[in-house]
Order: sequence, then structure tokens, then C-alpha cells
Amino acid sequence: MDLSWMAWTWHTAVFFCFIAACLISMMVWEWCAPGGGARRGILALDTTRGDRLFISLLGSAFINLFWLGLFGPPLWGAIAVCLAFAFCVFRWV
Amino acid sequence: MIRKTTNQKGWLFVAPVVLLVAFNAVIPLMTVVNYSIQETFGDNVFFFEGVKWFEEVLHSERFHAALMRQLAFTGMILAIEVPLGVAIALAMPRKGPWVSVCLVLMALPLLIPWNVVGAMWNIFALPDIGLLGRTINALGIDYNFTRQPGSAWFTLILMDVWHWTSLVVLLAYAGLSSIPDAFYQAAKIDGAGAWAIFRYIQLPKMKRVLTIAILLRFMDSFMIYTEPFVLTGGGPGNSTTLLSIDLVKIALGQFDLGPAAAMSLIYFLIILLLSWVFYTLMTRNEAN
Repeated sequence: MDLSWMAWTWHTAVFFCFIAACLISMMVWEWCAPGGGARRGILALDTTRGDRLFISLLGSAFINLFWLGLFGPPLWGAIAVCLAFAFCVFRWV
Repeated sequence: MIRKTTNQKGWLFVAPVVLLVAFNAVIPLMTVVNYSIQETFGDNVFFFEGVKWFEEVLHSERFHAALMRQLAFTGMILAIEVPLGVAIALAMPRKGPWVSVCLVLMALPLLIPWNVVGAMWNIFALPDIGLLGRTINALGIDYNFTRQPGSAWFTLILMDVWHWTSLVVLLAYAGLSSIPDAFYQAAKIDGAGAWAIFRYIQLPKMKRVLTIAILLRFMDSFMIYTEPFVLTGGGPGNSTTLLSIDLVKIALGQFDLGPAAAMSLIYFLIILLLSWVFYTLMTRNEAN
């Protein structure tokens, strides 16, 4: 099947593989510890593990955009901030 | 120990939808992500550009202006349509022969195709031959939506309010119809006034449908394209060029697919964030 019209690059392939790996990890996590890990965190929101992943990914997208707008490329600093942000979300939100 | 059994057959029923969504949403979204970091001049030839288009869009004054106009438009129509829709729903009869008449009248604007709404209002608001335009000018107000940005915005907002307030009305009316008479009888015994009944009975009962109404109106208005395009074409100048109109100009008018893809993704992320914030704020106390 010719997928050249989709204009794949290895960068975008890595990005989507990362998203797929996150989703598969969440499925495995849910299989090991069912129930979604629901709790009320520091934002006073009832969140499950899926919600926390969503918040982490959405927040990371905006961290990258802000970094790009303020400092420009490269984005390694933004990625470090994203990892710290995701850790905080999974730990406390 | 009792173990809860989980029936996984349900996944089979949603599998067709998952496949459909994969083909009509995920694959196009992946393609947009791929385009957003490349340049193309057609013929399926692409050149890697990295995050250049994102940087360009984020620093573009044109994008900032369109985003501000979009936020202003969405803010204004939500501020008008939601209270107006609730007020009309409260005023509508709950029983009797007029219920059907009111519901049909309310549903009529929703049945009209978007491009027809734009064309209708374009003619209706023309200052020389349109009923609205001529009437406003006859009142001594200088009105010409093809030349004056203020008039163009007024017409745009009025058109959207006319077209979409009905949706809020119908949803709010459905919420109001679900309130049992016993609630009103209890309020009457307690001597509650109209405001107290609205504040403590009707508004809480409408909360879920209003959440849906606000989310639908937010998302629809943030993505609006056809009606303003047919009404004003984004003008006069760029005064009514909302995000979607600007996006189409970049993608199809200038054939700048890379910047258009980057702008699409930023646009999508803004809608996703604001929808999540709206939804979270409106449902955060439901668990209590």
C-alpha cells in the first residue's frame, strides 16, 4: 500500500509511536491494577489515570508551543519541562 | 472472595466505530501532523522544515489578530445565546396546543443549511435593498455591513444568534420539561418566588443540558466558517476574518500547506484545551 501521500517522516513516526506506547502502557496498567486509579488531587478534580495522561499530553503540547514562541528551537528544554510536568500531574493531580 | 467478572464482548460492538474514527479522523490528523513539519510544492514531493511553521504561526500577527477576533466572536455569542435561550425556554408553554407550534418555530432556523443562512442574511442586511439594512438606515443610523467593520460584526452576531439560539432553547426546554410538578408544588408551599424557583430548582435541573449546550455552541462557534464566509467573506478588510476563514485562505488560497497544517494543529489544541476547561468547570461538583 502506497502511503507516500501521508508524507511520513521518522520524526512524526516516533511521535505517534510514543503516543501509541502511552496508550498501550495505560491498558497494561489498567489490566494489572483495574479501577483507573481514581482520586481527588490538588486541583480538586476527580481524575483517573487516563485523565492524568490526557492532562499531561495536552499540557505538554502547550509547554512546547510556549517554549517555541518564547525561546525558539531546539525543544530539548521544553521536553525536560514536559517530563517534569507529567510527573507532577501523575503524582499530585 | 467474590471476583467481579468483566464482559469484554462490548468491545466487539464498538469496534466498527473505532475503525471508522481511525479512517476519518486519526489518519487525516496524522497526515496534518506530517505536513506541519514539511514544505511541499505539490507532486507529492516534501522537504523537511522541522518546527519552522509552528514558529512562524506563533509569531504571526495575522494569526494573533484572527485568534483575538475568534475569541471575541465566541465570547459574544455565548454571552448572548445562553441567557437568551434560557429566557425563551422559560417563557415557552409547558402544556397545551402551543407547545408544538413553539417547538417547530424554534427548530426552523436549525433546519436551514449554513450557506443558505449566510446568503439570506447577506441579502436581508444589504443597505440598499435588504429589509434590515434599509430599516436601520431609515432610523437614521449609518449602517453598511459591506463597508463598516462595526456593522459587519453586528450583522454577523445577529445572524449567529438568530441561527443558533434555538439550539440552546430546545436543550434548556428539554431540561425544564424533565422537572416534576412536585418540585413546583413544594416551592409554592414554601412561598418561593420566581427567582428562587429559577435559582434553586430550574437552573440546577438544567445544568447538564446547559453544559452540553455551552460546549456545542463553543465548539461550533469556534470552528464557524460557512456563514461568515458567505455573509462578509472575512471583510471589510480583514475585520471579520475568523480563524477558519484565515486557515482556508492560507491552505487553499495561498497553497501554503505546511503553515496551514501547523495552524490547524494549534487551532485544534486551543479548541481541545478550552473544551476541556469548560467541561471540567461545569462538571467538577457533580460528584458531590
